Amino acid sequence: MHRATTGRTLGLAVGLATALAGTGAQAQTAEVLHYWTSGGEARAVAALQEEFEAAGGTWVDAPVAGGGGDAQATVLRSRVLAGDPPTAVQIKGPNIHDWAAEGVLANLDAVAAEAGWDDILPPLLRDIVTYDDQYVAVPVNIHRVNWLWINPEVLAEVGAEVPTTWDEFNATADALLEAGITPLAHGGQPWQDATVFETVVLGLGGPDFYRQALVELDADALTSDTMIAVFDQMRRITGYVDPNFPGRDWNLATGMVMNGEAAMQIMGDWAKGEFAASELTPDEDYLCVPTPGTSGFVLNSDSFAFFEVEGDDRVAGQDLLAGLILGESFQETFNLFKGSIPARTDLDRSAFDACAVRSMEDLDSAVAEGSLVPSMAHEIAIGRAPRGAFLDVVTQHFNSDMSSQEAVELLLEEVELAM
Amino acid sequence: MPADAVASARAADTGDAGAGDAGARGWLQRHLSKLVVAPSFAAALIFFYGFILWTVIISLTGSRMLPSYEIVGFENYVNIWRLSRWETAVENLFLFGVLFMGLSMALGCLLAVLLDQRIRAEGALRTIYLYPMAISYIVTGTAWKWLLDPGIGLEKAMHDLGWTGFAFNWINDPDMAIYTIVLAAVWQASGFVMAMVLAALRGVDDEIIKAAWLDGASLANIYRRIIIPTIRPVFLSAFVILMHLAIKTFDLVMALTAAGPGTATSVPATFMYDMAFQRDRLDFAATSAVMMLATVAAIIVPYLYSEIRSGKRG
Repeated sequence: MHRATTGRTLGLAVGLATALAGTGAQAQTAEVLHYWTSGGEARAVAALQEEFEAAGGTWVDAPVAGGGGDAQATVLRSRVLAGDPPTAVQIKGPNIHDWAAEGVLANLDAVAAEAGWDDILPPLLRDIVTYDDQYVAVPVNIHRVNWLWINPEVLAEVGAEVPTTWDEFNATADALLEAGITPLAHGGQPWQDATVFETVVLGLGGPDFYRQALVELDADALTSDTMIAVFDQMRRITGYVDPNFPGRDWNLATGMVMNGEAAMQIMGDWAKGEFAASELTPDEDYLCVPTPGTSGFVLNSDSFAFFEVEGDDRVAGQDLLAGLILGESFQETFNLFKGSIPARTDLDRSAFDACAVRSMEDLDSAVAEGSLVPSMAHEIAIGRAPRGAFLDVVTQHFNSDMSSQEAVELLLEEVELAM
Repeated sequence: MPADAVASARAADTGDAGAGDAGARGWLQRHLSKLVVAPSFAAALIFFYGFILWTVIISLTGSRMLPSYEIVGFENYVNIWRLSRWETAVENLFLFGVLFMGLSMALGCLLAVLLDQRIRAEGALRTIYLYPMAISYIVTGTAWKWLLDPGIGLEKAMHDLGWTGFAFNWINDPDMAIYTIVLAAVWQASGFVMAMVLAALRGVDDEIIKAAWLDGASLANIYRRIIIPTIRPVFLSAFVILMHLAIKTFDLVMALTAAGPGTATSVPATFMYDMAFQRDRLDFAATSAVMMLATVAAIIVPYLYSEIRSGKRG
């Protein structure tokens, strides 16, 4: 790495920080571009900043609020094109590979070898943060997507057990409908429709079918009878949500489960934060169980990608930051704030609640039996363009009277266009 | 050109002694206006036409996450029509555009004519009708979303009042949701049309109207034969403003329905945003932008041309 190329346009803040940090021999600077600006997420990222500064680094915070990362993506794009990438950027899934393919990501193999990342990361997660067998990003956490959140009192009203297959789910839901209770709390936003969709795919098709259809985008799998059955189940689910579902935010749907307006919700484990905020206890006030028919684990993970930067202090800052993110203390603090589980599988579990511990155990067994799959709805399995195609079709099907046959045909067409 | 003749005559008057100086001053005088507008002209050239050109070029490439300059020809313009989302967006734009412009114009003119009847408290009424235009579309969209939401808005209010049969759930109905956007947009823009038309009505020569009265013309006839033809240029202005509002409609849709339920209220602007910022498809985003521009141009250019020609003839 060499310093000072002409014509580089550093932001004032970065320049200042570099100048200040440049006075020490072991200066470490990191400019971190992220979109964790609200509530628990902001607290979680502040914890990282504290640790980084305690270790002697200079942290330049670059939060970009809004759009679930869309606004950040625009900032990132323009900064990379201008030749001034930030040190670390919160991006995830195949998007990491897209940037790596542009040749702008740094190599973190030295840090990884020292900390033994190969041994502590689940294999699927390792594939996500490496490109050409080199570490280019660091995972922060693991979210499980295929959770079913249940209000046990409401379920007891109709004398139903926790559903473990989609048939049982349908029977329970029909009983709830008869009792005048909304079976499923749901928000009609494309990503929420897709979240339900992928848990149905895993539940009805199993992990191998899930991978063929939602990861490899295999045309035969997309138009198979199993996929038609998936859309049939989605059609049944449209009957189990209340008429007011369009546009509802996911946390409002969680609220419906909490106050007994609805019995169940299908949502990732960030929903736990809502229950925790109302001081409810898992396994007593609410249940967290895998969605019907799934022993598998649908993985969502946030990560930081590290861009190729110039200047010794920034490279040193990068190494320090990468080490800290997967360090034991940050992994615990952060994930307790965020409701997810640590990205490394070797941590002490005593600080975590029952749902998180169940998630960790299921992750271990999913890795062992090969049923760990990446989330399509949350941009882990496939790139943003094919994901968009799935979202379009799933949400159109959910909000119209389109037949399952039409849906799979449209799906194939749109997915092919998005490739 | 008389103005030029005067200027050159004045330059000649100053005589040989100050010829060089006067020449420079004369040159400055002749070109001052051009110099003053040059910076904004250059800015418009680069940031407006330059980027239009760039967008056209990107639309002909296979750009994904980052712009690339490998030309693939008109492939994107063919493929975009295979996307069901784009089809929905175009249909919605035409439906929305026609209804929005038509209703805003009709309602605005009606309000203006009514206000023009020398009524009391006209100033206050005018302000009330004009104020929605001062509100940002995000606020309009959010407020109407609450009003139209069957769970908390109008429908619930009616149910609470005892009219339990009342149903108004357009916003949750994929077939009707686009009309809620028309409703909110018309509410916002018709007061503006009213203000423009009212100002023009006040500019019509009273003498002509009095003459028509004396000749025994009815009020309807006076409006139809005299006033409306006189204020025709105002309709062009209102039309141009409403149309660009319609085509660039984005914030209203995002706030009111977020292009939902499903994708039912997608418009080209939300399509473009999704493609550029959520799906890493700069090629489709640029293609849709160019097609929106072409649509505006196809309507505006002939209209402007005919207006300018008839203006000259008149």
